[in-house]
Amino acid sequence: MKRWMLVLWLLLMPLVALGSDARSVSPDLNDKASLQRGLKFYVNYCLGCHTLEYQRYSRTAADLDIPQALMEEHLVFSSAQAFDDPMVNALKEEEAQQWWGVRPPDLTLATKHRGVDWVYAYLLGFYEDPSRPLGVNNILVESVAMPNVLEPLQGVQVMGCPQGASRVLSRPEECRELALARPGLLSPAEFEQAVFDITNFLAYVSEPSRLKAQGVAPGVMIFVFVFGVMAYLLKREYWRDVR
Amino acid sequence: MAAPKREENQGWMDRRFPARRLWQDHLANYYVPKNLNVWYLFGSLALLMLVNQVLTGIWLTMSYDPSAEGAFASIQYIMRDVEWGWLIRHLHTTGASALFIVMYLHMFRGLLYGSYKAPRELVWIFGMALYLVLMAEAFMGYLLPWGQMSYWGAQVITSLFSAIPGIGPGLAEWVRGDYLVSGVTLNRFFALHVIALPLVILLLVVLHIVALHEVGSNNPEGIEIREHTDAEGRPLDGIAFHPYYTLKDLVGVAVFLFVFCGVVFYFPEGGGFFIEAPNYAPADPFTTPEHIAPVWYFTPFYAILRAVNFSLLGLDARFLGVVFMAGAIAVLFVLPWLDRSPARSMRYKGWASKAMLGLFVVSFVALGVLGILPSTPVRTHLAQLFTATYFAYFLLMPFYTRWEKTRPVPERVVGR
Repeated sequence: MKRWMLVLWLLLMPLVALGSDARSVSPDLNDKASLQRGLKFYVNYCLGCHTLEYQRYSRTAADLDIPQALMEEHLVFSSAQAFDDPMVNALKEEEAQQWWGVRPPDLTLATKHRGVDWVYAYLLGFYEDPSRPLGVNNILVESVAMPNVLEPLQGVQVMGCPQGASRVLSRPEECRELALARPGLLSPAEFEQAVFDITNFLAYVSEPSRLKAQGVAPGVMIFVFVFGVMAYLLKREYWRDVR
Repeated sequence: MAAPKREENQGWMDRRFPARRLWQDHLANYYVPKNLNVWYLFGSLALLMLVNQVLTGIWLTMSYDPSAEGAFASIQYIMRDVEWGWLIRHLHTTGASALFIVMYLHMFRGLLYGSYKAPRELVWIFGMALYLVLMAEAFMGYLLPWGQMSYWGAQVITSLFSAIPGIGPGLAEWVRGDYLVSGVTLNRFFALHVIALPLVILLLVVLHIVALHEVGSNNPEGIEIREHTDAEGRPLDGIAFHPYYTLKDLVGVAVFLFVFCGVVFYFPEGGGFFIEAPNYAPADPFTTPEHIAPVWYFTPFYAILRAVNFSLLGLDARFLGVVFMAGAIAVLFVLPWLDRSPARSMRYKGWASKAMLGLFVVSFVALGVLGILPSTPVRTHLAQLFTATYFAYFLLMPFYTRWEKTRPVPERVVGR
């Protein structure tokens, strides 16, 4: 039986195309400090355009251990918004269409839809491109409509061939490496941490119940296990009669 | 006034309702072969998952909004604002996939031990009808979250009706209630998903179990235990369903729930197979996703549909694909009459039956994988090959089961 399973597995494996991304990040929902920093960055740099229409300020504050007064004072910018309201903005559809030709998408479920790695790589992937209306492009999304709002922190990246390689000898696809041309307020390492924090925060927002699920899970698993052991012992006792 | 005795109470009940007789006939005095193995757990597990779907479904219905404007947001409302809503929803989404997993294993058991053969043809046919209705139930349920994959999956599958010559386009429009999948479609799929189909499913479950209890369970040896009974008519190789199999099933339930809860609490998306990533974007009739694939339990049939890219006998490829896809399910209904072997169980059948069953399993799994992947010329050829071997298992069965040499089936069950 086992041998058959192995044969089956080996037969089917080549049919499955395995894709892997070089830059893989895994969110850490237990890192409250990272989630709090992510929230701070999000509210200051992203929320103006990208809503989190299914996430409430109050839920965020409760899950991230932020006192209500602190949250209301520093992170709820509009007096029109109540603490229990969803995290939305005042951007109008027509204005967005006029400015970028597209409405900035809601990001509540971004990390579920695109994946955590995608969001992380996207935020790190902006580079200077004078041919674009806003002067920037993104290595992941060609002709991106979004400006690099994190540029003050990151600085300016340019796309080019790897260091030491000649533009003449290199193939075009090799000359797609990003390098920092002008530094920003943060060092590259600090900036990558900031981008991780934002990604981590969005991963939390995509499923705020994840932490609770993982908290409840061990109890449930232990219960089912003990139940199984008892059911097995009882079954064995009854089945003694069966010859 | 003295309280009536317990016996008198039972007599009162027995004269009015056959509760005791039902208990005796279907549990305590219902005799089951003593040699049922682990493959026989999946029937009760399917029932457990069905109960899970009904209960969690009722609670989801309390907070779900079946309108094109509100459906997507109401799922997030359930996930965030409803107390334990995330658990109820993940039990339902994981339960759907789990139900199909146990159902496929349950059906494979039937193929392995010949449980469809006389006198169990109706048990098999009611079971197949149940499978068919559950596929419709799952398909309609999948539209309800109103995500991109919900929408475009429904769009693709409902357009299959338009491939039928003559009445096709009108039929597709009638099914959707609109020119495209829309809020009207969502409303009717919701009604069918929560009321109409569950009623049919419950009826079919009753028919499946009543038919089974009339003829009794088959077993891994394929021996008819009712042919050898004691003076009181009890099968010599049988044991009472309760307490023996209720307890054995309970152990199976515990093992199953351990895995099931692991998925529900730690990996509710099931690696993108139980909840698909494109479904985290709301339905948008103006943007087609890059790659549309149905949920994993439909992909073998979807691969057959896509494999037919040629015309035949004046029928166009699209219609022919639908015919093959429907045929792949329809052929299962006549299985009891395709198998001409004197033996029921694979243990006593010849090498040809064993090889063909193995080939069938490989074909089904391979078609399932191919149905998930975007199609390329090579994959289409592979899908055509596996479609051919899928059908060969059934259509050649009357020949290989008659020609092959079987081993004699013992009279009695030896050991357990």
